[in-house]
Amino acid sequence: MSEPVLPPGDRAIDAELQALFGPIGDEPVPARLIAAVDRPSRRRLMWRTAAGLAVFLVGGGLGWLAHGQYQASRPDDGMHLATLARGAALAHRVFAVEVRHPVEVPASDEGHLVSWLSRRLGVPVRPPPLGDLGYHLVGGRLLPGQHGPAAQFMYETATGDRLTLYATAATGTTETAFRFLQDGETAVFYWLDRDVAYALIGATDRARLLPVAQKVYERLER
Amino acid sequence: MRDALVAQLPGLRRYARTLCGDATRADDLVQDCIARALERDHLWQGGNLRAWLFTILHNLHLNAVRAGRARPAHEALVEAALSIAPADQHERLAAREVLARLGDLPDDQRAALMLVAVEGLSYEEVAAVQGVPVGTVMSRLSRARARLRSDSGEPPGLRRVK
Repeated sequence: MSEPVLPPGDRAIDAELQALFGPIGDEPVPARLIAAVDRPSRRRLMWRTAAGLAVFLVGGGLGWLAHGQYQASRPDDGMHLATLARGAALAHRVFAVEVRHPVEVPASDEGHLVSWLSRRLGVPVRPPPLGDLGYHLVGGRLLPGQHGPAAQFMYETATGDRLTLYATAATGTTETAFRFLQDGETAVFYWLDRDVAYALIGATDRARLLPVAQKVYERLER
Repeated sequence: MRDALVAQLPGLRRYARTLCGDATRADDLVQDCIARALERDHLWQGGNLRAWLFTILHNLHLNAVRAGRARPAHEALVEAALSIAPADQHERLAAREVLARLGDLPDDQRAALMLVAVEGLSYEEVAAVQGVPVGTVMSRLSRARARLRSDSGEPPGLRRVK
């Protein structure tokens, strides 16, 4: 469709606006914006896989897409992450129902909890704050993992819904996208981030756990 | 896609500046827009990159407006105009009637006009950005221009500011 020819009055208005604001477009573009374009694609990979997974779960006919996304993800580098995720889900089911002793070290002693677990795991681990999502840290405990010690941080809402974040030192240095496992009523997102394997577990479903997992991921990165 | 995206940055920054006023907030908005675009580039069907980017930016700004985080339009426009004007023009610009009238326009009309007049988007592109039919864009534009022409029948920019 061709644009209509404007009456002179309208052309003058447009020219006026161009004169007022046009020069902003001549300013040099700040480096941070160029950097944002060139940023490594870690987050993109995460999102793509999450999206691909959604497609896979929603429609089998489009499953090839999710398959393609999986091909793009990196190998586990020796760790069998799915097994780890099942172990983390089991630990969640064991301790999330615990009334009197859900954690070994309470959130009131968070500094000690973090330094103790980091020392035992051999890598720095810490529970990211999730208060804005309604989850408050209850505390944490040390667990036996597949390949050595593992940490479990427990969060709960005001109504008593609990999430756990499981972390263990990873064998090798690589990263994966988010992966998802639904183990009965337990939903698990798990991923490898440099030298730590993480799993976030809740008695919920994928759609409700995903936004929390994204926040956890973002906050662990800082 | 990388170079094509970089090529859109000056225009995105300019449009964001007219929405936000100050450069830092405007560039934050553009940065959010880029991040969103990169996260979703698998959803981009290879169509019009410029319209797609402006749509993302526009929607991010609408979210800010709905959340009450956006500045009043007039304030943002004046600040954007002042930020690039030579110092001796500042007093004149701050009083500029065209900015006042532009700020008073309904958001949809102002956005349509800015996208066409300043960013050079086609009516179809603006229709895509605003998610409305082309006819709606045309009526928004004609209303916006009529308001800026005001009663005198003369574009305010051509009148001398007292």
